[in-house]
Amino acid sequence: MAFLSHLISGVSLGSIYAIIALGYTMVYGIAKMLNFAHGDVIMVGAYSCFFMVSRYELPAVVGVVVAMVVCTILGVTIERLAYRPLRQAPALAVLITAIGVSYFLQNSALLLWTSNPKVFPSIVGNGSLKLFDGQLSISYTALLTVVTCIIIMMALTWFTSKTRMGKAMRAVSEDKGAAQLMGINVNATISMVFAIGSALAAIAGILLCSAYPTLSPTTGSMPGIKAFTAAVFGGIGSIPGAMIGGILLGVIEIFGKAYISTQLSDAIVFLVLIVVLLVRPTGLLGKSVQEKV
Amino acid sequence: MSKTETKLVPQPTTNLIPERDADKQPILEALNLGIDFGGLAAVDDFDFAVSPTEIAGLIGPNGAGKTTVFNLLTKVYQPSRGTILFDGQDTLSMNSVQLSRAGMARTFQNIRLFDNLSVADNVKVGLHNHINYSMASGVLRLPSYWKAERAANERVRELLSIFGMEHLEQAQAGSLPYGAQRRLEIIRALATNPKLLLLDEPAAGMNPSETAELMDNIVKVRDMFQIAIVLIEHDMSLVMGICEGICVLNFGKIIAKGTPSDIQNNTQVIEAYLGRRAEEGRHDAEGE
Repeated sequence: MAFLSHLISGVSLGSIYAIIALGYTMVYGIAKMLNFAHGDVIMVGAYSCFFMVSRYELPAVVGVVVAMVVCTILGVTIERLAYRPLRQAPALAVLITAIGVSYFLQNSALLLWTSNPKVFPSIVGNGSLKLFDGQLSISYTALLTVVTCIIIMMALTWFTSKTRMGKAMRAVSEDKGAAQLMGINVNATISMVFAIGSALAAIAGILLCSAYPTLSPTTGSMPGIKAFTAAVFGGIGSIPGAMIGGILLGVIEIFGKAYISTQLSDAIVFLVLIVVLLVRPTGLLGKSVQEKV
Repeated sequence: MSKTETKLVPQPTTNLIPERDADKQPILEALNLGIDFGGLAAVDDFDFAVSPTEIAGLIGPNGAGKTTVFNLLTKVYQPSRGTILFDGQDTLSMNSVQLSRAGMARTFQNIRLFDNLSVADNVKVGLHNHINYSMASGVLRLPSYWKAERAANERVRELLSIFGMEHLEQAQAGSLPYGAQRRLEIIRALATNPKLLLLDEPAAGMNPSETAELMDNIVKVRDMFQIAIVLIEHDMSLVMGICEGICVLNFGKIIAKGTPSDIQNNTQVIEAYLGRRAEEGRHDAEGE
């Protein structure tokens, strides 16, 4: 029963990583850049929801919607101001800019909201579902997280494969030039991807802080890095890859904590990443590209 | 393939156009067009007009600047000088996307399909600006989404059937045989609902029977859609067979313009292709 309970918390934590990883992987897929500020967008989302719910005592739904709107605007603005001017620049310049944006967001949050951790109110209450005569209890937060993750996954799969914007997105990620000559506005498509990724980041931030209710300006950075790891683990650029990578990573982390060592759990996570990348350098679902000679 | 040659009539600014389009404004006019790459004029003094239903050919030896002309016309490159009028409108401030919306479509010398998308999805990318529903109705699957998607699917099948490819709808574009990929690229370009279609070496890598089929298809497309087509091609049977007006480029400059028979008998053209002692060389080869 302990195993099952660890598995459930692993899947729940993994679902959060997966939602964050989707943002990394979609942006990488289309803009071929690593948006290291993504983790900090999560933090901004969580703060937005916190203020709505705790300070202004609005219903949780309002908090979620406001957080999504704030993050969407933030994500699109970051892309517009920091990344778009560098569209033709070398990848390294963009990477360093992304790290810069990440620090900018963290430090702005420090200035605005101080480093005192806030206690995040759970948006679904602290109850839990009791099964097997109370031997197994699943918190509502965990349930909500997993369900949300599944819904997001299904909606995104639908969106990318069945709608015109989704097809434009895949076309741009394959060949920007050809897409442009077919009349697709590449910049607008990239903005849309940042908007979707950032809205998902807001959801992830709220779920994360509902499960681990301390909120500080650095809240987003570690989950951000782990979600990035998850995206690479699953095969960066691949949406199902981000999902599988995220969930596996969450499960490994929780099992590592439960059965091996609490202190070493993060190290175990990254060790697994290294091993996977040694065996499959493009990640679990990544395509191995064979150069045509 | 024998055919009666279209009679060309003079067009006020730049060149000869088919007689039937004489009173129509050209769909495309390039005036004094040029681009420099680091001091080298890759294309210079390019004057060319295409009438609304013409099939025009752009030929020349390798490296003459033919694809560069296409890249200038579609604004992949910004011209260093000169004017491009598309459908009577100066394209100076327009970008590739705006030109595509205005009705200019192209294919590529090295096929640039979206390999991981299905055949139908490739065509739908071309239809992008002709499918109308909002992101919200797409995600929420509102009636407007289903209606627009149904119309799009129908259009995709219609377009694919022109080249007899409707049975390949669900195939992955990258897995198609080479000839089918070339055809799909033309269909994808047609999906954007163009007024002018630029084909960059449509017959490259095709065998003679595929080329003959392609020629029929190009003429069919022109007749069906009543659009202008400009093609770059090295296969002279295709160029001489279906092009009405031909423009020959060499070292970035136009060296001849005219009907297929004008071009075939133009000494400058023969020289550009075969070198100065072309006539002798050819007789030797025939003698063997």
